[in-house]
Amino acid sequence: MSVHNTSLRVNGLEKRKNLYDEPFNFWSGIFFGLGMVAFIDEAVFHQLLHWHHFYDLSTTSVGLISDGIFHAFSWFATVVALFMVADLRKRKVWNFKRWMGSVYVGAGTFNLYDGIIQHKIMRIHQIRYHVEIFYYDVVWNVLAALMIIVGLILLKKKKTLAPLKKIGDV
Amino acid sequence: MHHHGAFHETGSSFDWLFLCIPFVLLIIFYIVAVIYSNKKYRKWPAYRTLCWIAGVSGIALACIGPIAEKAHTSFQAHMFTHLLLGMLGPLLLVFASPMRLVLRTAPVKIARVITKFLKSRYVQWITHPILATVLNVGGLWVLYTTGLYAAMHSIFLLYVLVHLHVFLAGYVFTVSMIYIDPTPHRTSFYLRSTMLILAMAAHSILSKWIYAHPPAGVETMDAQVGGMFMYYGGDAIDLIIVIVLCSQYFRGRIGKEINTNINLKTSIK
Repeated sequence: MSVHNTSLRVNGLEKRKNLYDEPFNFWSGIFFGLGMVAFIDEAVFHQLLHWHHFYDLSTTSVGLISDGIFHAFSWFATVVALFMVADLRKRKVWNFKRWMGSVYVGAGTFNLYDGIIQHKIMRIHQIRYHVEIFYYDVVWNVLAALMIIVGLILLKKKKTLAPLKKIGDV
Repeated sequence: MHHHGAFHETGSSFDWLFLCIPFVLLIIFYIVAVIYSNKKYRKWPAYRTLCWIAGVSGIALACIGPIAEKAHTSFQAHMFTHLLLGMLGPLLLVFASPMRLVLRTAPVKIARVITKFLKSRYVQWITHPILATVLNVGGLWVLYTTGLYAAMHSIFLLYVLVHLHVFLAGYVFTVSMIYIDPTPHRTSFYLRSTMLILAMAAHSILSKWIYAHPPAGVETMDAQVGGMFMYYGGDAIDLIIVIVLCSQYFRGRIGKEINTNINLKTSIK
């Protein structure tokens, strides 16, 4: 990997760029989005509001497996994402705007998957019980879709990292 | 509750004291080794000693004493002891780096035998993330989805073997994921992450399975609370393993290359 490393002095700060910075930035955002939304889901909907049930006994076994893998992956992804951000920041190549874009995409994708496939098809649990569930489902999935759109717009705005200033260009 | 084995009427305080001895000895041995090691090598970090004491105490608590007694009748208490015995205890012991301490203090002849053992094909197999994960989580699936859980409470030998397996599998699994002790057989970060995610997934699926399908002889409420205990307790302890695994990887990524063929002799310095 050291072959691709280039050191540039920019305004007295050392930037250590390499070819993997772009995808690294992108995936770190996706992972963080997935993890954050899974965490909010657990903390707010399961623990604080008690809307979601731990298990509502109507879950299909595919649903149980999907839930387990997603749960484990998002738990892992949050930690990895934060280590990736630390790495990007250390090398001063963290592109916050693009990163936020992929956070939205990751969060929206997870919510859409959770809202349509896990809640409705695999019947892991519903958003809330003893209410007209339809409206909850609509709000949930529309919000998820909006997050993906916002994320894609943010990602499209700047395709590449901000161009580095030339040396001596202050 | 039908599972009251003949072995479990032995609850006097004298017995507990007697059963405490091996655990107390383990702590004493460790401290003596630390004192001995400090005379010859760089000072042994205090947190490692604390981790050892906490880990051994946790395992003792899972094997003897009031909670272990209660675990025969209450599934929640049983799950608590299993979290201590199979997850938290092993993790604390791994943090205490016992192998490094043994290699520092044991006579050269014995140390050579130990390094030879650590480098052996057997240890390579058993600490391979795939096998370690199967042994660890697969064992739990067998325990809770078959009649083994009920059988274990009526046959003492089975009870001991299951608990021994839970501890050893938990320890081997932890060792296969994070490299704190000298580890001659290393595997890639990606393989370990994948297996860790699968292990966490299988663990959380099993805890929900228990919630919905209580093992034979366990009341529904008891199984539900126990299952949730397993789910959240497992997550909390796995989070520590995830953080250590990632920090080891990213530290290696930023700094020097990870030495895959690590020399045991230099790594104990």
